Amino acid sequence: MFRILQARLQQGHRTMRYPDGPPPPLPDRFRGRLLMDRARCPDTCRACADACPTTALTFPTPTSPRLDLGRCLFCTDCVAACPTEALGHLRDPQLAARDREALIVDPTVPADRLEVAHAALSAELQRVFGRSLKLRQVSAGGCNACESDLNVLSTVGWDIGRFGIQFVASPRHADGLVLTGPIPDHMALAVQKTWAAIPGPKIAIAVGACAISGGPYAGHPEVHDGLPGFPTTGDVHTNDDASPLDEGHARGTGGASAIPIALHIPGCPPHPLTILDGFLRLLGRLPAR
Amino acid sequence: MKRQDLPTIRNAQATPCARLPTLSGARFRDTVLRAIEGGSRVSALLTLAPDAASPTLLAVLADDLAGHLALVQGRLEPGEAFRAMTPHAPEVHLFERELAESGVRVEGHPHLEPVRASPPAATRFVTLGGDGHEVAVGPVHAGIIEPGHFRFQCLGEDVLQLEIALGYQHRGVERAMVSSPHGDPRRRVHYAETLAGDTTIGHGTAHALVMEALAATPAPPRGQAIRGIGLELERLANHVGDLGALANDVAFLPTASYCGRLRGDFLNLTALVCGSRFGRGLVRPGGVGFDLDAVRRDELLDRLRATRADLRSAIDLLWSASSVLGRFQETGRLTRADADQLGLVGPAARATGAERDVRKDFAFDLYRFVHVPTANWHTGDVFARAYVRQLEIEHALAYVEDQLLTLPAGPTRVAAPLDAPLARDHLAVALVEGWRGELVHLAVTDADGRLARYKVVDPSFHNWQGLAHALRDQAISDFPLCNKSFNLSYAGHDL
Repeated sequence: MFRILQARLQQGHRTMRYPDGPPPPLPDRFRGRLLMDRARCPDTCRACADACPTTALTFPTPTSPRLDLGRCLFCTDCVAACPTEALGHLRDPQLAARDREALIVDPTVPADRLEVAHAALSAELQRVFGRSLKLRQVSAGGCNACESDLNVLSTVGWDIGRFGIQFVASPRHADGLVLTGPIPDHMALAVQKTWAAIPGPKIAIAVGACAISGGPYAGHPEVHDGLPGFPTTGDVHTNDDASPLDEGHARGTGGASAIPIALHIPGCPPHPLTILDGFLRLLGRLPAR
Repeated sequence: MKRQDLPTIRNAQATPCARLPTLSGARFRDTVLRAIEGGSRVSALLTLAPDAASPTLLAVLADDLAGHLALVQGRLEPGEAFRAMTPHAPEVHLFERELAESGVRVEGHPHLEPVRASPPAATRFVTLGGDGHEVAVGPVHAGIIEPGHFRFQCLGEDVLQLEIALGYQHRGVERAMVSSPHGDPRRRVHYAETLAGDTTIGHGTAHALVMEALAATPAPPRGQAIRGIGLELERLANHVGDLGALANDVAFLPTASYCGRLRGDFLNLTALVCGSRFGRGLVRPGGVGFDLDAVRRDELLDRLRATRADLRSAIDLLWSASSVLGRFQETGRLTRADADQLGLVGPAARATGAERDVRKDFAFDLYRFVHVPTANWHTGDVFARAYVRQLEIEHALAYVEDQLLTLPAGPTRVAAPLDAPLARDHLAVALVEGWRGELVHLAVTDADGRLARYKVVDPSFHNWQGLAHALRDQAISDFPLCNKSFNLSYAGHDL
């Protein structure tokens, strides 16, 4: 017993004060969203878009680049391919958004449309979940990186229990689904059954590039490109006939509605602070900055 | 063929396919079985052209003592069935199921059920009947855990048999790694990094080694050193996390809490190197994507030393609690003979007294010059799997510190364009000791120097069998503890 107390003294109190105090420090090489300095871009250069493994970075018109944070792996390929060092990563961990469309941004504009308001639930749902949100996590093709950094939120350093948020062992105890992974065909039924087993009102949260867009597996015939458009019941088409870079989405049959997504948290995987920030803004527990 | 006549390669080496004689199906089988009898392990067994009418088989046989990989190639006649080796060599059980799933006719196999490509729900489980009952768990598990299905055959509380049906995580990686029809070379490194996300650096290194062998662009020493540091930091984070999770599963909360946090400290050290807690972007074919300047190196050393002190207090506490030892000892035992027969790798094998470790037996990168002592223990139980992790934590801490203090000068990467020509009609194999054990990446090029076949063997592929075996005659209530003591990857198995 004495040794346990001695160890407890040595380890100290480790729960961060955030959001009442400063957030935990991010590494100086932290890779947030891309920022592009168009003034440095040679006219016809597309080296960054050509290097992108997931078509997250594109040029819909020759002069206006487009960045889809839901597809972005936050890798280094575009930055490394740029001949003029016009690209860099911001160190802002705040990336989560309520609407899928809000993740599609202009990479030449630093703030753009990623506003805090985009993450908040309706006042009605905030009233229901704001002080107690129990979540069922399902990994559907997740590689265990998103899963690991979701798990981290329950360790003493982060302690999301402070906010009334808890990962629970059964969908029957849950208010919402947290999905990771691109949803392999072999997991389609399990995802539908889990969603059906959660009593309403309920929300769904997509964590990581795979859950939002398929990530590096987008377009694979074995997967469904994540949660957007994923039907609540019935058969789902896979990407069978698509080429890997098609804008493939899970497409339902039989008129079943899609699982509605309350929050998209980009990253591969997202940093725990990005996930926590998303959860807190969803619940209206972070002040607008 | 006699064992000594087999063509061999060293780890991370490419060889012309023409060097491999093509044996008949029967001689292939005979040769592989004799090599196993002579002490070799099957690191990989695959078919090179799955759809061909006359499939070509390839076996990579690891000779741990000699430190080389023997390659055996055979070809079946059109319509010819391959007589299963599993009845004589249980370690190929799952490999042969994989062969069958990819279209090879396999005969005489005791249990040809799905591996990953076909729906796992189609598995026909072995049942006991009589007074026994079945317990089905998964694919969705009661925590933040990847999906898989466990089917227990029980008599009361006792598990007589556990069968593990996986494939829920199948994302088609091997198919997409090759050049045609749809493979995108830009995605390869990202597939490697997400094969098992907790083994980003391990799989990233194995992929880099195999591509470097085919492109003849080995990483410069500084790049090798930095990815070795990354690989050991990955081992540290995962082993520390596992010790915490094991403590949690026996309700010893102090160590569970401390190790949960300390695991994050190691992830943050990796993030200090490359910005990502999991090492995304660190390893690239030809070297590494990030350098360590002197300031960063000193900060790494300082934080490593501070974390080490906290870690020792957390782990010592674990061993001082008789309630922990009471739960760990004698639980989920595997014998050395079990481990050898099932072809187990990594800490799970070393916990039965085996000494195999890729870093020693098939040393790659800077492990050729700086040796990591092999950690093992002989009891084969949960305790041994935990204790081996602690020993490996100590060795990894020493290795990282040593490497940081003696970083070679020079460039960190020999960059080659994605479409750089690879050696034509060559085969390369790379083995890496990831934190779970032996990672195998194997690539074959065609006559145009494009990737024609890519095979990945995650250590979990071998070790899931070990977990199933360890559960025999255990109380079903000990499953979570046993499972955690292996902590295997679903994504790495399902590809």
